[in-house]
Amino acid sequence: MFEATAQNRRNRKVEGLFRLLFLWMTCMLILPVALILGVLIVRGGPAISWEFLFTQPINNMTAGGILPALVGTVWLVVVALIASVPVGVAAALYLSEYAPDNRLTRAINLAIINLAGVPSIVHALFGLGAFVIFFRFGTSILAASLTLAVMTLPVVIVATRESLQTVPLAFREACWNMGATRWQTIRKIVLPNAISGILTGVILEVSRTSGETAPIMFTGAAFFLPFLPQGVLDQTMAMSLHLFVISTQVPDVPEHMPFGVALVLISMVLAMNGISIAFRVYLRGRKKW
Amino acid sequence: MSVPVRVSEAAGFAIEVEDLAIGYHGKPALSGVTLQVPTQEIFGIIGPANSGKTSFLRAINRMDLMTAGMEVSGSVRVEGRDVRSWRNPYALRQRIGVVFPLPVGLPLTIYDNVALSSRLRGTRKKADLDVIVERCLRRAALWDEVKDRLDSLGSLLSGGQQQRLTIARALSQDPSILLLDEFSIAVDPVTTMRIEEVLAELKSEMTIVLVTNLVQQARRLASRTAFFLTGELVEVTETETMFEGGAQDPRTTAYVEGKFG
Ligand SMILES: Nc1ncnc2c1ncn2[C@@H]1O[C@H](COP(=O)(O)OP(=O)(O)OP(=O)(O)O)[C@@H](O)[C@H]1O
Ligand SMILES: [Mg+2]
Repeated sequence: MFEATAQNRRNRKVEGLFRLLFLWMTCMLILPVALILGVLIVRGGPAISWEFLFTQPINNMTAGGILPALVGTVWLVVVALIASVPVGVAAALYLSEYAPDNRLTRAINLAIINLAGVPSIVHALFGLGAFVIFFRFGTSILAASLTLAVMTLPVVIVATRESLQTVPLAFREACWNMGATRWQTIRKIVLPNAISGILTGVILEVSRTSGETAPIMFTGAAFFLPFLPQGVLDQTMAMSLHLFVISTQVPDVPEHMPFGVALVLISMVLAMNGISIAFRVYLRGRKKW
Repeated sequence: MSVPVRVSEAAGFAIEVEDLAIGYHGKPALSGVTLQVPTQEIFGIIGPANSGKTSFLRAINRMDLMTAGMEVSGSVRVEGRDVRSWRNPYALRQRIGVVFPLPVGLPLTIYDNVALSSRLRGTRKKADLDVIVERCLRRAALWDEVKDRLDSLGSLLSGGQQQRLTIARALSQDPSILLLDEFSIAVDPVTTMRIEEVLAELKSEMTIVLVTNLVQQARRLASRTAFFLTGELVEVTETETMFEGGAQDPRTTAYVEGKFG
């Protein structure tokens, strides 16, 4: 017969304890998220209506809708993506597929990770100096989106590099040994198998970009501008800044309005994350090795 | 060291290596290798782990260019031409098929795995590709097992099948030299025997360098065998002689008789 020793019993007890501890921590994590969502839905829900989503704000933003902010956020995000994704993916491809593994490359990789940690207000000041003033884009969607793009570039690079690195080296070696160039290998084997991961990273970036306030405040977002932007050199309203403005800068805003804006914003972000999760599930289902 | 070879002049050498040394990040892995591989024969390489066999193969098709920190000195001539004089190493690698210890089914369909090399070279016509795919799969003794599912993923085949797929893919390059690195390490004995039969047939068309961890496999297939030991070429001898106790170095005899260390 097998007898459990005292050590066995102790191990089992400790195992149970840690399991409980980790479960508890997970609940602690879920709690605030659930609370935030709950509060937003209860208090912001009544504000949501057709009119709220699709009309201009009126009466000094104390009534009416949020259409210009909604459209403005979409503009900002799309232009930021167009600017950051090609550059970020290309840089990641270079760093992970071409660059020699030397000290310089490692330093650059480290710098990119650190860049991701630069506070967004610093990016805002950089964007103001570089895009608004130096390149003379003025306060515009272009300047704001480029600022957002610079800010999110490290995220795109890191996400892309990580998904490139999930493709086993053996596949690359097999291709190289056949006489394939690095680019042929990337196109035929590496990219097709990394693309879903890259898209996941991009979508996460979108959700982050759409919530940023500081980088767009000085560079292209307006307090109040009841028109839809006509081009990238226009200024625009944005959801995040609008939320900030009506919660702190404008008197007599009805209580449900900021909550309504926040609810719309967080719904956008969650929808985006949902798509990204769906991609990941799809990716796992299609795993080819 | 000089190696006695008896090959007709006409046949010549597919690979000539002179004073080859290989290191990684300045640490030597293999040094002082001089040997010749005659065309259209199977040349065996045996030796314990870490003796530099894989490194040797990588120097032949210039994979040192793709390997961080790998340094090669001395000369390697393939079909009479120094591999470092090829301005286009990709063209060199296309002429040399490689099979790895662990099978590598690329995450493509079986068909695309075998068609890949031709496509990379610009063949687009489906009819041409069909012919190539069928011929290579047949020669790798895999056709009958996969002919009805050419559209399924190559990476989902069994290990033994994937190894034959790898061989089919190497053959699709229409190589004049085939480098095999311990191909049977993850393959069952029956599949190993089948692949060995394939190799024996291929010998009449191409030069095969067979690195093997099974000394008996070298005995079955190779006309000549080299023994590598801790980064050094001990000797190259006719395989039969080597296994009949006629090796030049007592270490070789000990190794092939399994009395090593
Ligand atoms: N990419 C690499 N980077 C650094 N060192 C390497 C690399 N590849 C091989 N080496 C070193 O070179 C030496 C020879 O390795 P090699 O793979 O050629 O041996 P091998 O004879 O093929 O061994 P095995 O029978 O285990 O496959 C080893 O010391 C190994 O650590
Ligand atoms: Mg090896």
